[in-house]
Amino acid sequence: MSQPPDIGAALALRREGEAAASSLPPLLVAAEHLAATVQMGGHGRRRAGTGAEFWQFRPAHAGDEARLIDWRRSARSDLQIIRDREREAAQSVHLWVDDAASMRFSGAKTRVEKSARARLLALALAVLMIRAGERVGLAGPLAPPRPGKAQLMQLAALLSAEGAGADYGAPEAAAILARSRAVFLSDFMGDPTPVKAALGVLADRGVSGVMVQVLDPVEEEFPFDGRTIFESIGGTLRFETRQAADLRQRYRDRLNARRDLLATLAHAAGWQFSTHHTGQPAQAALLWLYAALERRR
Amino acid sequence: MWAIGPIGFASPLLLLGLVALPILWILLRAVPPAPIRRRFPGVALLLGLTDEAVQADRTPWWLLLLRMAALAAAIVGFAGPVLNPTLQVAGAGPLVIVTDASWASARDWPRRTERLRQALAEATMAGRPVAVLALGDLPPEPLVFGTPEAAEAALPGLAPKPWEPGADADPVAVLPEGRFETLWLSDGLARAMRAPLLAALEARGMVRVWQPATPVLGLRAARIEDGALRVPVLRAGPAETAEVVAMGLDPNGVDRDLARVTVAFEGADLAEAVFDLPPELRNRIARFEIAGSRTAGAVALTDDAVKRRKVALIAGGTAREGLELLAPTHYLRQALAPTADILDGTLEDVLLAKPDVVILADVAEPAESDRLAEWVEEGGVLIRFAGPRLAASDSGNDTLLPVRIRAGGRSVGGTMSWGEPRGLAPFPDGSPFAGLTVPADVTVRAQVMAEPAPELAERTIAALADGTPLVTRARLGQGWTVLFHVTANAEWSSLPLSGLFVQMLERLSVVTRPPEEDGKDLLGVTWVAQRLLSAQGTLTDAGEAAGVPGEELAKGVPGPKVLPGIYAAGERRVALNVIAPDRVLARADWPASVVLEGFDAPRETPLKGALLAAALVALMVDILASLAVSGRLRGARAGAVVVLALLALAPRAQAEMDEARAIAAASNVVLAHVVTGNVEVDRVAEAGLRGLTDVLFRRTTVEPSAPMAVDLENDDLALLTFLYWPVTPDQPAPSPTAYARLNRYLRSGGMILFDTRDADIAGFGTATETGRRLQALAAPLDIPPLEPIPSDHVLTRTFYLLQDFPGRYSGRTIWVEAAPPDAEQAEGMPFRNLNDGVTPVIIGGNDWASAWAIDARGLPMFPVGRGLGGERQREIAYRFGVNIVMHVLTGNYKSDQVHVPALLERLGQ
Repeated sequence: MSQPPDIGAALALRREGEAAASSLPPLLVAAEHLAATVQMGGHGRRRAGTGAEFWQFRPAHAGDEARLIDWRRSARSDLQIIRDREREAAQSVHLWVDDAASMRFSGAKTRVEKSARARLLALALAVLMIRAGERVGLAGPLAPPRPGKAQLMQLAALLSAEGAGADYGAPEAAAILARSRAVFLSDFMGDPTPVKAALGVLADRGVSGVMVQVLDPVEEEFPFDGRTIFESIGGTLRFETRQAADLRQRYRDRLNARRDLLATLAHAAGWQFSTHHTGQPAQAALLWLYAALERRR
Repeated sequence: MWAIGPIGFASPLLLLGLVALPILWILLRAVPPAPIRRRFPGVALLLGLTDEAVQADRTPWWLLLLRMAALAAAIVGFAGPVLNPTLQVAGAGPLVIVTDASWASARDWPRRTERLRQALAEATMAGRPVAVLALGDLPPEPLVFGTPEAAEAALPGLAPKPWEPGADADPVAVLPEGRFETLWLSDGLARAMRAPLLAALEARGMVRVWQPATPVLGLRAARIEDGALRVPVLRAGPAETAEVVAMGLDPNGVDRDLARVTVAFEGADLAEAVFDLPPELRNRIARFEIAGSRTAGAVALTDDAVKRRKVALIAGGTAREGLELLAPTHYLRQALAPTADILDGTLEDVLLAKPDVVILADVAEPAESDRLAEWVEEGGVLIRFAGPRLAASDSGNDTLLPVRIRAGGRSVGGTMSWGEPRGLAPFPDGSPFAGLTVPADVTVRAQVMAEPAPELAERTIAALADGTPLVTRARLGQGWTVLFHVTANAEWSSLPLSGLFVQMLERLSVVTRPPEEDGKDLLGVTWVAQRLLSAQGTLTDAGEAAGVPGEELAKGVPGPKVLPGIYAAGERRVALNVIAPDRVLARADWPASVVLEGFDAPRETPLKGALLAAALVALMVDILASLAVSGRLRGARAGAVVVLALLALAPRAQAEMDEARAIAAASNVVLAHVVTGNVEVDRVAEAGLRGLTDVLFRRTTVEPSAPMAVDLENDDLALLTFLYWPVTPDQPAPSPTAYARLNRYLRSGGMILFDTRDADIAGFGTATETGRRLQALAAPLDIPPLEPIPSDHVLTRTFYLLQDFPGRYSGRTIWVEAAPPDAEQAEGMPFRNLNDGVTPVIIGGNDWASAWAIDARGLPMFPVGRGLGGERQREIAYRFGVNIVMHVLTGNYKSDQVHVPALLERLGQ
């Protein structure tokens, strides 16, 4: 006698599946949309190799396969001419998007949360990279770098998942392959020590990358006044002040100091660092990211 | 009532609540403002920072102070504070209420009565015997205390008297025996009798004085100086200016103000109003009044003293050059010049000037005897003097002589005659000269003789010592003819040289009484009151009042026996004014020993409302301050709070006409009505204009938008074309700026339809309340001369042909701008060429809005008339409305249409 199927569990599973599936397209659509605004350029390696783009014509040497000969070109002369293509070496890019509670913050109803912006940026970057033939993976919720659209779907699914409960996140460097590229998207509000450690480890592995600090404008301006109790999003940290306005300058000083520290760390590790505010359009940040990755490729 | 300084408290026990304030201070201090919880990722960066401002962990001291102040204000407010409370000290024992009851009390008599009543009520409660002493009307016997109820019952009999109190009797004599308290209702004027009476009263007990602070104004009798009328104006109290009005009968016999002069006191208590008027106007003045002052003292009656008669002097022979003293009219001219206007010229010329008196000096045959006789019969006084020509003439049937003259005359005491020059006999009773003293040195040397006749004795009003008539007088029609049997110069007698001559002329009303005569001329005559002055300053007919001997009148001080007013004896009139010629008005000053109350004392001001309001405001501020302290007052919220506060502070700061309405008014023809403030009238006006709008829409190409209610103070009238203004009796007058706007509106072609809604029962001589209100409302408007609508006015044919203009009532007349005086009906034209333009106002009382008014279903709101006739009347009313709107919009287009044939004809040539 077979057991009757657990209809309730199946229904719940299906519901969750549908919810997950329905959450996929919006992020991916938005990322595709954002990525479409970036002009695709060549990713050529400036040398002959396997690739789609024409590189040069050269006379055929011994050892060249006959199928490589460009007969149309060869017919105009006595030589066998081979059409070289540019070498397009695919590279692995590891994305780390901070999914800690602190990223789920928005200073105003009209602005998206920081995590949403960070995920959007990450996925848009992934779209661009995958279009360029790179392999993209995630460092946080582990996803090994792979090329292709299927990987994009998986990335979207992973990025759409709910974040962890911790207040502040730390980059995970363990899964990042040597000599690959890494992109860290976080607010870097928490303890900078893990970041420092991760950068050290990655620098040892020859990994270069980009750090983008995603901040809400409120976090930059600190427009608070009066007696206030500040709580972290997770509720673990608590700070009470009688006169919030008095703290404004000191808070900004600290924020700038943190930023300087991050910039110094990035510089030492050969990384690039920038700050993006959710009040600004995402496109600017995406362009910067794209260019920053391109520069050292 | 319990008082600290000038502030009393109704329920002082509540003030104990103030003790709780320090406790509250401590409590409030300990409680910091509630914090806001904020989720903020940046908190990690904040950790370790410390607050700089340490005091913020408690409520700030100023916020505490504010809250304490609010609470204290509330506590004090509920304790019922009163600034300058009237302390109701319950007295004991008998109470004497002294009231001045003088002319000056008349200005606020109801308040005095009210105060008196209040005092009586208090006495009733306390069971005190009361006596009321009116100083203006002293009782003959000492006062007797009675019950307050009895005194109250006698109150209606108490009235102010038009004279100064205490003039004739000593009020101290009538004070009751024993000790008593006194409440003195003073009229505020200083008088000599006050001090002794006050001393006597204070000797008996406490004296309280109730005295109003309003100024007292008075007028002394007018006098003529340098040809101008001068009226001294007196004041007591803080008055800066006074407006003196000269009242008199206009040619139609209507009492009206003939001239107004505003005088400024400029620090002095005496000012002078100067009236420089032509004699015709000046002789009409019957009295001077101070505008707005309702007391007998503010009225100065005029008598003969300010009248200047016009006297025509006609001499028989031409004066011989160089012999002025012998000219027949020299002494007359000397006697008359100061007090009369002398007319010279031929008799026919001067009669045109309507003289009061014509004096013929030795004229035997007046040139225009018929016209002269006619003039005398109409009331003129003809005075003739004898002389050689008259003596030589035959006066057999001269009707202009009171007696027949025996030819030749006689001379006595001359060189060629026997006997001494004759003196004058004392004047007989019944003669106008009666009472004048005869100086011994007046002698008569020659005279004309009267023929003996039965009526001679009765016509003789002055005679010589031997009984021969010296002055005879006879009535002719309404007037008199008087003959002096001597010459007007000193040839025949010394009479013209004596002062008696002027007095006699005065008694004959030829000249008016010189004011500095000290009343001697009043003696010996019984004067009969013609009109009497009440304490409120109104003139009443004296009726059958008994005569007053001249001696009483000569004192010049009115009292119970001689009431102020106008007295007459024969042709002469004398005014007795309330204010004696030497009276000076001054404020009564009271010694510090009396308790002063009334308007002079600081007014009782309850402070409860103000304090509670202050507490409320403080609490509101506290809300804002608390928000600010806790950081919740930011951005839009702060803005909203500020806006709310401004709204609360300035609820009446209305904007100009709001834009939507202005656009609605400007984008189409809109009928508008003035907001009267009477809800029902405004509703009917709105409904009426709605009805008219409907009719216009259906029948004409004028398609107005929905009617508007116009607030004259705020709305821009320039956007409107037609304004319906129902007049209500209690409508407030627009402000000067609104009037300026209305005038601009009228000048720029707007029209106002004034509707008094009184069925136009206000014709000539009658007035309704709304009619009077309309006059007051429309006075500041630039309205051209009006006339009842003529039958060919363009309003009768702008759309419909109409003959009458009914509304809910079918009154006859409506008034429009008068046609130009040169408008004439051209030959062959049915209409005159009338006004160019639109009549700015239409005034009527037919309540058109009610006839036009429709309700929400489009049915008439009010019945008009009866049956089909009524419906017809409503239809005509609608047609009138259509015609008005057409008139407003097309002006005199229909008038011009009349001329089209003529224009075409001219073009054809």
